[in-house]
Amino acid sequence: MTKEASPNTKSWRNIPLAFLIGGLICTLGQGLMEFYRSQGLPKDEASTWASVSLVFLSALLTGMKVYDNIAKFGGAGTLVPITGFANAVVSPAMEFKSEGFVLGLGAKMFIIAGPVIVYGITAAVVYGLILFFMGAF
Amino acid sequence: MATRKGNTLFLDTAPSVISYGAVGSKKESEGPLAAAFDRLWEDSTLGEETWEKAECRLQKEAIRIALEKGELSPKDLQVIFAGDLLNQCTSSTYGLRELGVPFIGLYGACSTMAESLALAALFIEGGFGERAAAITSSHFCSAERQFRFPLEYGGQRTPTSQWTVTGSGAAILGRKAAPPYVRAVTIGTITDMGITDANNMGAAMAPAAADTLRRFFKDSGMKPADFDLIATGDLGQVGSELLREVMEKEGCPLEGRQNDCGLMIYDRERQQVEAGGSGCGCSASVLCAYLLPALQRGEIMNLLFMATGALMSTTAVQQGESIPGIAHLVWLSKEPGMR
Repeated sequence: MTKEASPNTKSWRNIPLAFLIGGLICTLGQGLMEFYRSQGLPKDEASTWASVSLVFLSALLTGMKVYDNIAKFGGAGTLVPITGFANAVVSPAMEFKSEGFVLGLGAKMFIIAGPVIVYGITAAVVYGLILFFMGAF
Repeated sequence: MATRKGNTLFLDTAPSVISYGAVGSKKESEGPLAAAFDRLWEDSTLGEETWEKAECRLQKEAIRIALEKGELSPKDLQVIFAGDLLNQCTSSTYGLRELGVPFIGLYGACSTMAESLALAALFIEGGFGERAAAITSSHFCSAERQFRFPLEYGGQRTPTSQWTVTGSGAAILGRKAAPPYVRAVTIGTITDMGITDANNMGAAMAPAAADTLRRFFKDSGMKPADFDLIATGDLGQVGSELLREVMEKEGCPLEGRQNDCGLMIYDRERQQVEAGGSGCGCSASVLCAYLLPALQRGEIMNLLFMATGALMSTTAVQQGESIPGIAHLVWLSKEPGMR
């Protein structure tokens, strides 16, 4: 009965929007990379600079209180790229600043991104080990 | 003294709401009830440094306005029943600490306004004092950071979630031969049907609302059609639908009398609040801005004010516990109740 009364997420709207916004962010990243390459940077460095630029832009837009409004439309499109990760660090940092720089900002900054880092690193270690032993045989 | 029938206390000495005040912020000022508020702030910080201080300020202003409108001063109050959603009820204690009035802090989640109103009415009915105040508040930003995500975090809200009202309502009860009178009080019981989704609190609270209504109608021998309005407080769209469905199934259809404070305060489509408003500032501000004046003017003759609360904490929900609900009911009327 509860399920019947509870409306579902509007997937028909959210999924194409996520695709569109997420795609736009990736296109922007690609554009940045091409720009850095045209300035004479090697491919590796150009892609690092593109990531750094995206993280900076996302943090800036979060600080300007714009990012969450884009996310309202973009959904997973703004969550999945590297920009979502930057937003997940900057937004609690802003929010908990009122409890001081150490126990507020410092302690709460990774409250959303923390689990991603923990399990990301754990997964990387596990796959690294698998790769290592596969290479040994 | 009050007469008890079942779980309902009928008040015989006609305690009445003698004054009230309602305050809100930007989102409330864009809603359909904006004109009824005593004061609305365009800036949801209210000029304070933190969201918590802003919420304290809401309570402070609501009680100040209620006192002013009733031409009273804090020393005319013998007790204040107050509550909010924050841990350790700090909005109430910090907001009201300068008043110097005997204070009882309450926690009933979003049901706190009905809880404090009921206790204030019983306090007067029992003859323990001349005047008692009931006040609650909530603030979208302080609630979000305690219960959900940081404000600037980019995420989508689920369609069943509700929007915490930034507002406060204060009602002062006493004995004045003028409406609105408090006629009866039904204290709710804790009801848990096993809902675990903290983003669907309307569904968690609907069974509690149905239970309290069922008991009130049984004790009073009345029926939904005897009331102009059954104002539930913060079931939202999902919970309201469930309540109506449950009551219909039990052979006590609400016959279009039910409306929800969370649906009255916002325009759901235009303001993007998903399933409606919530928070104990929601039912409090709707009561004090719209319902009490309507009773006083006689636009509503009989009102069942029933605020519902989801009695969970983030810890309990993270540990996989289900969400218990509660609903307290207060019958308010244009006519006094007599023995």
